[in-house]
Amino acid sequence: MKHIKWALAGLGAAFGSSAWSQPLGSEGQKGELHAIFQFDGQAYVRDSVLDPTGQYYPEEKFRGQGFATFTYTQGGLRAGMRYENYQNPILGYPQGFKGQGIPYRFVQFEQDGFDITVGNFYEQFGSGMIFRAYEERGLGLDNAMDGVRIATRWKNGLQIKGVLGKQRRYFALGEGIVRGIDAEYNLPWKAGAAVLGGSFVSKYQPANDPELNLPANVAAGAARFSLTKGKWNLNSEYVYKANDPSFDNGYIYRPGQALRSTLTYRTKGFSVQGSVKRIDNMSFRSDRSAQQFDVFVNFLPPTSKLHTYALPALFPYATQINGEQGGELDLVKAFKKGSLLGGKTGLTVALNASWAESLQKSPVATGVPIGAIGTDGYQSDWLKRGDILYFRDVNLEVRKKFSKKSKGQLTLYDLRYNKTVLNDGVGDAVILNSPDSDSLLTVRAAVAEFQHTLPNGQTLRYEGQWNLANGFRGDAVMGLVEWTMSERWTLALQEIYNYGHPSVSRRLHYPIFSLIHFSGNTRIQINYGRQQQGIFCVGGICRVVPPSNGLAISMTTSF
Amino acid sequence: MRNLFLALFAFGLTPLAFAQGLPHATVQTLEGKSIDAATLTNEGKPLVVSFWATWCKPCISELNAFNEYYEELQKTTGVQLIAVSIDDARTTAKVGPFVAGQEWDYQVILDANSVLRRAMGVNNVPHTFLLNGKGEIVYQANKYVPGEEKHLVEAIRAAATGGTADNAAGTSGH
Repeated sequence: MKHIKWALAGLGAAFGSSAWSQPLGSEGQKGELHAIFQFDGQAYVRDSVLDPTGQYYPEEKFRGQGFATFTYTQGGLRAGMRYENYQNPILGYPQGFKGQGIPYRFVQFEQDGFDITVGNFYEQFGSGMIFRAYEERGLGLDNAMDGVRIATRWKNGLQIKGVLGKQRRYFALGEGIVRGIDAEYNLPWKAGAAVLGGSFVSKYQPANDPELNLPANVAAGAARFSLTKGKWNLNSEYVYKANDPSFDNGYIYRPGQALRSTLTYRTKGFSVQGSVKRIDNMSFRSDRSAQQFDVFVNFLPPTSKLHTYALPALFPYATQINGEQGGELDLVKAFKKGSLLGGKTGLTVALNASWAESLQKSPVATGVPIGAIGTDGYQSDWLKRGDILYFRDVNLEVRKKFSKKSKGQLTLYDLRYNKTVLNDGVGDAVILNSPDSDSLLTVRAAVAEFQHTLPNGQTLRYEGQWNLANGFRGDAVMGLVEWTMSERWTLALQEIYNYGHPSVSRRLHYPIFSLIHFSGNTRIQINYGRQQQGIFCVGGICRVVPPSNGLAISMTTSF
Repeated sequence: MRNLFLALFAFGLTPLAFAQGLPHATVQTLEGKSIDAATLTNEGKPLVVSFWATWCKPCISELNAFNEYYEELQKTTGVQLIAVSIDDARTTAKVGPFVAGQEWDYQVILDANSVLRRAMGVNNVPHTFLLNGKGEIVYQANKYVPGEEKHLVEAIRAAATGGTADNAAGTSGH
């Protein structure tokens, strides 16, 4: 019984650091408090070269924002809150956060085998394609639920979670109500592992449109499985969403569907993985008129490699929620020490290729334009290719350790980047009606990184990057030197020169100087320099950052 | 509601207790099975819990650097390292292949929606904890710079013999 209780308490644990099996209110237990604090501020300098008209230069001259999260645990009880303050949000951060308050607070406890949370919580069903409440503080994304969450788990491997609430929208809540239930079952299969899951999620938002008969309730269902046997794993999830006319889809009544399947073969030193996906009209928000990143009920993960080096990261892929199809192949091979390619210290090679394109679309009836408001929108054949290529990526990475003190990595990229779709956000219909508007860039890039430890224990890290692009930002080169002087101090200097920008006046230098200091659990970073306009991504979600020049300070600490 | 919080936090300012093992939080194995993090123990021997992500370079450097010591430490101290990936739905599928390429011997678990991460008060990665045989956090580091793995190695040796290590960076737990 005790064992079950432990499992139950752990179940959802949207938060918490309870390590006690006794229920709420047990005597003699000490409480535990955790806190995280972070502050980011920027003093802006007017830069007439970077921003000739001054349109990006903020009136405040200095902007700062921060938060502190507290989590308290005692026995089977957890409670927490986060105070947030944006005065005003730094450039590039969603400006809707302006202000301050306590938008996150919760109490979680276990009672009679149920794990109950009231207040705010985060949760994910399956891969998140049907429901995901999450936060990405670095990007200003937070669609935490405010309501009730109940979870329970049986000894036979079945777990059930239920959620009800409204979603956070900056310092308020979205209008719609979200309800969901998820069940997952570990099959008793001795030869391997088999997990089955299913979810049902629905949203309610009053509908009183004078022209369209909009559904107040929109339901969605999902089924998933994961099978592992030996070195093989196959997992897949399928989601179906009932008709949900919204701003995103142009108020069409077509149901939404999403499918993603991944097959992996993995052994120590070698792995190959293939994925396919198809997303069709799957924008799912608790407010049908919401835009940008507001009140998403689900999360549609892109299937492409996440590039982290600065220049290739200027051409990121983001899922097209209205529809896309594509796939990915990923290969990793580690050549052992002593082998022909491995040499004395070993060598690792990783090859990755992915593509994403539009769905094939045809009219629902003759004379009805594709995507016409109030209609079923379009018809689409799963087996046909789309007309518009969104993204294609082939990249090769070679990692080599030269000695105990030095290592290096070389990465080559060949990208097709549809700027019209991915950067400008233009829809399929516009592109198909005027094909000349589609600018598909060819981007080729190479990145070399080298790191070595000096005899005095200090470390130097260098990066050299180069990209060629036939349009948009054009060609650029970048260099970085990072000097770790001690465990407390790191100094870095980075310079990007956009020498091949199509517009001569934008062929600029972007130097950034950084100083990082650690003291115990506290980290302080100071950056001074020019930040170029671009798309800034964390974990597959991206937002546009305006150009800026100035001094940025960031501090984070925790206990 | 406000009074409840005030009461809780006032109480929280009394001397803190050490956590006993990992907190309850549902995480996934690479096979897709859900497990309770609190069930991950090392039977009275030191346990290292290292939060990382496939896109986090310092995390990978740290895990690679520590790997040089791991085999020997396992023999002498019985230590286990659990590498908790906070990769989200975008990159969770890449964790298995990535680990294969690194040839790590660590147990890898997935925390795709940051449940364990929040439960342990982790803001950014890397963040590494060392729990002694009693499940108390005796060392933690919320960054990695080359050479720092030596402090972790010292702390593990000390934890295995029941002592505590001086931590040059001053990042010992509580």
